[in-house]
Amino acid sequence: MANKFRNLGGKLFQLANGIFNGTSVRPRMSFPGRAFSGRHPKMLGALGALTGAAGLLIYALETSVDASSDCVHPPHQHWNHTGLLSALDKESVRRGYFVYKEVCASCHSLQYMAYRNLVGVCMTESEAKAEAEAITVRDGPNDEGEFYDRPGKLSDHFPSPYANEEAARSANNGSYPPDLSYIVSARKGGEDYVFALLTGYCDPPAGFALRDGLYFNPYFSGGAIAMAKAVDNEVITFEDANVAPSAAQIAKDVCVFLKWTSEPESDERRLLVIKVTLISAFLIGISYYIKRFKWSSLKSRKIFFIPEMEAQAKREAEKAAEALTKAKEQECNKCENKNEKKE
Amino acid sequence: MKVIYNTLFKRTSTYAVAIIASAFFFERAIDVTSNTIFDTVNKGKLWKDIKAKYE
Repeated sequence: MANKFRNLGGKLFQLANGIFNGTSVRPRMSFPGRAFSGRHPKMLGALGALTGAAGLLIYALETSVDASSDCVHPPHQHWNHTGLLSALDKESVRRGYFVYKEVCASCHSLQYMAYRNLVGVCMTESEAKAEAEAITVRDGPNDEGEFYDRPGKLSDHFPSPYANEEAARSANNGSYPPDLSYIVSARKGGEDYVFALLTGYCDPPAGFALRDGLYFNPYFSGGAIAMAKAVDNEVITFEDANVAPSAAQIAKDVCVFLKWTSEPESDERRLLVIKVTLISAFLIGISYYIKRFKWSSLKSRKIFFIPEMEAQAKREAEKAAEALTKAKEQECNKCENKNEKKE
Repeated sequence: MKVIYNTLFKRTSTYAVAIIASAFFFERAIDVTSNTIFDTVNKGKLWKDIKAKYE
């Protein structure tokens, strides 16, 4: 067992040394994949075709569901964070937080976000602390074993309006207001869907049977949604007086905020696009150069077939063979003479 | 090219030092470059652009 490691280490050391010295050491390893694709090219082609067919099938299934869905597809809005390098608008995230707090938090929880997540994104630490201290949190047990209430800290998560799902359902006619932490990732259409839903309330078409307690929204699956229209002109006032709290503005800000709660790392991802592109461009460039450099001796060698040379080589080989047999005969003759002399 | 080879690439030990040093400077350069590109493309949207209002 130890010998195996020694051999492998030796081979790797040889390879590493070879790279430094400019010589090439090719370790002989078995590649079953290479053998397979060499011996059964048709099977490989069939495998590829099968994969392509499976991909097409999945795509067709997905698009067929699209065509027959039971709601209106949300129109595509032009958010300024959809570009390859575009970050989220933090001012909008901040306004969206206040919209959530005043409009949505009465029914929807945001349990996977904590107050500390706001720091450095849309609020200073003291502001986030002040927001946290506005809520009371049940903590405990203390040294006496009792549970007690205390004001919130940065490490606390956003409070849920209901203690559990059953309480939420009983307070909302049997329907459960979903947690909004990942809603933009969890719904088809993302922030376009949420925006369309919030602003899309209208009268049901003639003949649409709407149960009591439900409202019509064409963007909601089935059309009958249990949430009443929550976003209207000037339902809240923004701290910044320059921004008019129209329904569209409020909905837009809360959608950007929910996009941030779903994907808080999206800014870093955009930055990494730039970094990875730059580094890969450099590495691919020098890899290409080194490969071509190392292969240049092989690629520039020439192999000649010269018929005359082959015939000449054959003749020379025959001559050499004849000379050899002659020499052997002479040796044997010498021996025989010796024997005769002895006798 | 000859100078670089004779001073840096000939000995493995100096080669290694050259690699580590150039990796350090390369990474710093990439960081600075990509941060400036990101900040320029997203001017006004980042927290550092708006935090002056709230501190």
